[in-house]
Amino acid sequence: MKKQLLDFLIKENQRINDNYSLLKLSPADGSRIIDTVAGQFVQVEVPDSKATFLRRPISINYVDRSDNTLWLLIRKAGLGTESLVSMGEGRVLNVILPLGKGFSRPLKKDARILLVGGGVGVAPMYYLGTELRNDGHNVNFLLGARRDVDLLELDLFNQVGIVYCSTEDGSAGEKGLITHNTALNQQWDYIYCCGPMPMMKAIARYAVKNNIECEVSLENRMACGVGACLCCVEDTADSGNVCVCTDGPVFNIKRLKWEI
Amino acid sequence: MGDLKVNIKGLSLKNPVMAASGTFGYGEEFADFIDLNRLGAIIVKGTTINHREGNPYPRMVETPSGMLNAVGLQNKGVNYFIEHIYPRIKDLDTEIVVNVSGAKVEDYVAVCEMLDGMDKIHAIELNISCPNVKQGGMAFGTTCAGASQVVKAARNAYGKALIVKLSPNVTDISEIARAVEAEGADSVSLVNTFLGMAIDTETRRPYLSTITGGLSGPCIRPIAVRMVYQVAHSVKIPVIGLGGIMNGRDAIEFMLAGATAVQVGTANFVDPSVTMKIIDYMEEYLHRHNISSIREIIGGMTV
Repeated sequence: MKKQLLDFLIKENQRINDNYSLLKLSPADGSRIIDTVAGQFVQVEVPDSKATFLRRPISINYVDRSDNTLWLLIRKAGLGTESLVSMGEGRVLNVILPLGKGFSRPLKKDARILLVGGGVGVAPMYYLGTELRNDGHNVNFLLGARRDVDLLELDLFNQVGIVYCSTEDGSAGEKGLITHNTALNQQWDYIYCCGPMPMMKAIARYAVKNNIECEVSLENRMACGVGACLCCVEDTADSGNVCVCTDGPVFNIKRLKWEI
Repeated sequence: MGDLKVNIKGLSLKNPVMAASGTFGYGEEFADFIDLNRLGAIIVKGTTINHREGNPYPRMVETPSGMLNAVGLQNKGVNYFIEHIYPRIKDLDTEIVVNVSGAKVEDYVAVCEMLDGMDKIHAIELNISCPNVKQGGMAFGTTCAGASQVVKAARNAYGKALIVKLSPNVTDISEIARAVEAEGADSVSLVNTFLGMAIDTETRRPYLSTITGGLSGPCIRPIAVRMVYQVAHSVKIPVIGLGGIMNGRDAIEFMLAGATAVQVGTANFVDPSVTMKIIDYMEEYLHRHNISSIREIIGGMTV
């Protein structure tokens, strides 16, 4: 899949709350956004930044073909993302896209599919959910956050499938960690997961125990995003250290050497 | 249009812009963004006799105006390079230079001998300056005796252009440069990364699995420029300058300090098309200053 280095215009910056923004971008040259798949990410240059240096890898939240916008759901995690979430409409962001490999697709049409997202990890799950629904699958989401205001894009998820929620303080959905949600008592054939590492490991443990196909999206610290610097490696059972940016970010848990 | 051609004893470059080892993969990773044939040279990832897995994750942390890395020479070994990668890149219209590393002198020699017979490779860069491996690497490059020993052996094993990549983690880099020149190096490239470290103050843990790592990026540039200037005044062989070059201006600065060619490294991570912009800038610079050849500016600082 050919990659592009392209200027995008910020069409819209939806400040969700103090910590999150949804940026909607369109190519500045008016071109159609290149083909992408759910699970891929982009590398965004942080303009005029005195405090940061490298690009920021951000997973694709959605590509809206109706108005040619690329959606990036961004959490304020440090100086780079802090600058991005407060970027005004009309600003130009230089973006490398699309990067990495996306999620695989279930073969069976009637597969019982659960998409699990924690915190800003819900971002690729919205895109994946829409793609799976368009393929004719029934989609279920299990979404988690600290508190209700951090459950992102709930209205959108509700339009795509059945949504189960957990919040740590019980302000929405079930109280407690996502990994204790009663949705996990149901039978599942496929689980796709993105979120904090302890959550992904707990979900992977559940999937192994119940013999469920499971893919997780990793966010190892990376520099180049194109497989050149070899910084973001993950140790795999089949190929040793591989780049998360090119071999991932999505991995079947069978490949990972996690102690679970 | 001005003349950008430069010569590194036995290696003719169409322009002075080389992609630095370890930051450019095998060139292919950047083919979607730039025309690789426009580059002066591509220095491919550090290659060792055997496959190396490199250091455990985490290997990278961003720092003010730069980054620390601790990759540790992950590569699939020289045989894999020759069988699988070389056939894919050998017909590019640019010079392919292989960066050679090793834990023992015999390892360097074995890799040099294997590469000596490769038609489309006209130069190697001997890496005696990697700060991220326990054995070899920088251990050779920080003493005159160690550097001499490896370069002497490599010189016997390799007949084409031999570039030696120097470590800045020394008291007097000119002394090392003179030592490798005396053993027959055709050129020296400098600087490799500076040994550095960073600690997460919340968790009290180091950011890198190896605790220390190599610092690169524009934060090191003034030190690198100074070292290039010192070495260029200490040796007769051509000097290749690198360390934090982010744009055309920075590349010209290294050449004015005495570099015959430059390498662009960490900047490729920020802008994968940066090498093209640097070549364009050089052409524009020659035109603007009414200079016919880029060679005229080498060591051209006026004081």
